[in-house]
Amino acid sequence: MVWRLLGVLPQFLSSIRLVVYQMLTMGVRSLPLIILTSVFTGAVSAWQAAYQFQNFVPMRYLGTAVGKAVVIELAPVLTALVVAGRVGASIAAELGTMRVTEQIDALEVMGIDPVRYLVMPRVVSGAVMLPVLVLFSDFIAIMGALVVAVVMVHLPATTFLNGVKLFFHMSDMYAGLFKAAIFGIIISLIGCYQGFQTRGGAEGVGRSTTGAVVIASVLILISDYLIATALFRV
Amino acid sequence: MIEIHGLTKSFERRVVLDRVDLDIAQGETLVVIGRSGCGKSVLLKHVLGLMEPDAGSVTIDGKRLDQLDRAQLYQLRMRCGVLFQGGALFDSMTVAENVGLGLSENTTKSKSEISDIVAERLAWVGLEGIGHRSTSELSGGMRKRAALARAIAMDPEIVLYDEPTTGLDPITAEGINDLIVNLRERLKVTAIAVTHDMNSAFKIGDRIAMLHNGQIIFDGSVDQARTSTDPILQQFIVGATTGPLEPL
Repeated sequence: MVWRLLGVLPQFLSSIRLVVYQMLTMGVRSLPLIILTSVFTGAVSAWQAAYQFQNFVPMRYLGTAVGKAVVIELAPVLTALVVAGRVGASIAAELGTMRVTEQIDALEVMGIDPVRYLVMPRVVSGAVMLPVLVLFSDFIAIMGALVVAVVMVHLPATTFLNGVKLFFHMSDMYAGLFKAAIFGIIISLIGCYQGFQTRGGAEGVGRSTTGAVVIASVLILISDYLIATALFRV
Repeated sequence: MIEIHGLTKSFERRVVLDRVDLDIAQGETLVVIGRSGCGKSVLLKHVLGLMEPDAGSVTIDGKRLDQLDRAQLYQLRMRCGVLFQGGALFDSMTVAENVGLGLSENTTKSKSEISDIVAERLAWVGLEGIGHRSTSELSGGMRKRAALARAIAMDPEIVLYDEPTTGLDPITAEGINDLIVNLRERLKVTAIAVTHDMNSAFKIGDRIAMLHNGQIIFDGSVDQARTSTDPILQQFIVGATTGPLEPL
């Protein structure tokens, strides 16, 4: 499937309508869930960091710790896991149903390559929209952390935000977005592959859906480690 | 026009097609009959290049499917229309979008031209004015009709019917049979239909072939099928529970 996908990628522009539709489905409709998880991710990060800092580390570094953790790790990985559950499962279920009801065969016999028509728009959309969602997640998680820092830890907002800026490097942000693009490709590709491999009716669709979420989640965590060791040298 | 030679296919050691030979002439309608699960649909999928045979070949207009690359296979498939058993309508689209998809993806026709063709094909199958409806709003008979309109949208030279009347009441089934006969006369297509509905087979076919235990055990005209003394064929035609075929 990957080779066939690479073969049809140059036809990306002629399928732009399909790509935009998938971006809406994958990205815009995932936003409420991402906002919800990001607020609480940021909030709990700030609270836990403050708990660890007390009596050891000055609280002016709270924003630094939370900002780094969110931008490099928490936002990309948690967003990817949430999207794997929402979008990866939905891709596998949709394409799996199309497989068992012969809709994918119908595309084939109409002379329409299902990899170009179904897989390519989803993978391109995953690679583009996951970094966009992670940008939202970065911002909202830091805002969630700011609220906890101000309301619960009684830290001035300017102190927290200065802490965020203190060791902020754009390269950290780029690394987080690069990871997100890889995670987006993993989620959509695994969802499509599981959907295409579906056999045996409703039970098969259920198996593919579960498989898409489990495999994508495991691959996200493994690739996160591999990318971290490649990009962040100790 | 369509030549099937020595076609063999097995699934996990179960031989579904065993050296099947069939030739279908241009403009002819061949009906392949046989019991449920005997490999009729598998035969159709080989004709479309959706499955690769273990041995043997399918040749359409002198082109062996296993020697074509993907682009050539898609070009060849564009000359075919297929009515799938369950319709295989795209449930994310309206009826009109389903019928027009092949045209919008494979031709340079304008939206209004496609719209005109879609309306014409829907009228041919008796579904005027329902193009805007979702496929989930259609009854079984309407789904088959819509799928038939999609199958003929690109003026195919070859049409394949997979169980065209299965699951339909006798009156709706007869309506589908009439449509298939009308389309054959209107479009002069070459067709293969697989069915176990003998009423349908006699009505739409020029020739009947019976698939049993992976092999073609009868191949002849409709009249020859009616008068054949082959006990398996006769039991299948009559639908008797006693004879060489045991009820499943």
